[in-house]
Amino acid sequence: MALLKCTDLTLGYENIVLTEHLDFEVNAGEYWCITGENGTGKSTFMKTILGLRKPLAGTISYGDGLEKNKIGYLPQQTQLQKDFPASVTEVVISGFQGKTGLRPFYTKEEKAGALKNMERLGIEDLSKRCYRELSGGQQQRVLLARALCATGKILLLDEPVTGLDPKATEELYELIKKLNREDKITIIMITHDVEAPRKYATHVMNFGEKITKEEISSGRYMV
Amino acid sequence: MADTWSKFIEYLQIPFVRYALIVGVLIALCASLLGVTLVLKRFSFIGDGLSHVAFGAISVATVIGLSNDTLFTMGVTVLCAILILGGSRYTKIKGDASVAMISVSALAMGYLLMNVFPTSGNVSGDVCSTLFGSALILTLSKEDVILCIAVSVVVVLLFLFFYNKLFAVTFDGDFARATGTKADIYNLIIAAIIAVIVVLAMNLVGSLLISALVVFPAMSAMRVFKSFRSVTICSAVISVLCALTGMVIAIVAGTPVGSTIVVTDIAVFVIFSIAGKITGRTV
Ligand SMILES: Nc1ncnc2c1ncn2[C@@H]1O[C@H](COP(=O)(O)OP(=O)(O)O)[C@@H](O)[C@H]1O
Ligand SMILES: [Mg+2]
Repeated sequence: MALLKCTDLTLGYENIVLTEHLDFEVNAGEYWCITGENGTGKSTFMKTILGLRKPLAGTISYGDGLEKNKIGYLPQQTQLQKDFPASVTEVVISGFQGKTGLRPFYTKEEKAGALKNMERLGIEDLSKRCYRELSGGQQQRVLLARALCATGKILLLDEPVTGLDPKATEELYELIKKLNREDKITIIMITHDVEAPRKYATHVMNFGEKITKEEISSGRYMV
Repeated sequence: MADTWSKFIEYLQIPFVRYALIVGVLIALCASLLGVTLVLKRFSFIGDGLSHVAFGAISVATVIGLSNDTLFTMGVTVLCAILILGGSRYTKIKGDASVAMISVSALAMGYLLMNVFPTSGNVSGDVCSTLFGSALILTLSKEDVILCIAVSVVVVLLFLFFYNKLFAVTFDGDFARATGTKADIYNLIIAAIIAVIVVLAMNLVGSLLISALVVFPAMSAMRVFKSFRSVTICSAVISVLCALTGMVIAIVAGTPVGSTIVVTDIAVFVIFSIAGKITGRTV
């Protein structure tokens, strides 16, 4: 059964339709890259999968043990986060918030989990640092660690490398690849990069006049 | 100096003064708690906006001769707070504009009502004390004080209970929502709490200065501290100390209570800004 299945999806807002008749399936372990010009509805698509917006028509179903609230998300950065006083630990552990229900505090396991995810991304040394004083690449790792707290199965990344220098970009891509190949976390990533899809993805979906989908064999060296 | 001190001790014997100090400290504490959240959500002026709504509501209550105007005022203010904070995600009118529209309308209508149906001879005196706070803080009854203590305890408990959720919702609402946090409910809670605080605080500093209580301690703390927890704790401490200092000065020197507290807050902000510049980065 597919992790994520969209059937005859129509995306858009009250006054505009961005995409119609979108059908596709994402299976566990796949690495999808979503490309396309600005304003073609890539972020909207992602927000719809996350349940932040309702599709204008069509259905999205979650399977293979995936629940709607267990999706990890790395949003396009907002202005708000840029001046927020928060330590790295505070940001990372907030990834567990959705699981706490009415419980006001984080459990020992959650604190340990946050630490583990920071180690996974090599940012445990930054744990006491202030989030807004980190470099762009470090900030993205922090948000990635937070997303990992929310999920063990699938990550949705909205332009994770935009604004990063080539070295930080490369490092972030390698980290994401490692999460995909070693930890078997399914990836859906929006990117403007032309190389990344060829290098890492198993599937590419291009938003534009028409949506095109493509399976990339070179990227398919997973078990 | 010894003179001033003995004068102060003397004042402390008066129950009204003690009441005022208790109420002032509690209100300052409550107002500071949500400061960081409101500043970062670009709702710095919600204190002003809501207090103008409360002003309008009080005018209406007075004109139609309601006996229990505090409850009425709280109700109306909470409702408007929910409209402003809760609606901003759905409506086309964004934060600052909706605050401005609602607050100015309420202010204008309240003032108009008070002029058309004057209930006391001194309309401009009434308006002035509502805007800048009155000596009313010194005429609190025991019941007022008990109400204030009760409400403050509830506000502080709610804040502690929802602290981690507030952080998640303020830092990144979309992420929180996507991972199953009921962000809309917490935004409603924020709105209700801030409305209650505003109505309480109107007596203390008046509606023009409420924003100062909300914004200054948070801004001062953010100059020096860099984590959400340390900023929150620091702004609560700053707010309480400024309120105490301000009130003591006001009582001893006979200056207006509200403005004196606000000036104290401004002074602390200046000090913290300089301290932040000098120390550079701290945690
Ligand atoms: N809240 C909204 N209401 C109405 N239209 C919107 C809203 N958000 C985005 N849009 C429009 O939808 C289109 C697609 O936006 P988006 O999904 O962010 O594109 P992309 O991420 O591909 O650059 C844009 O034309 C944008 O103007
Ligand atoms: Mg986008």
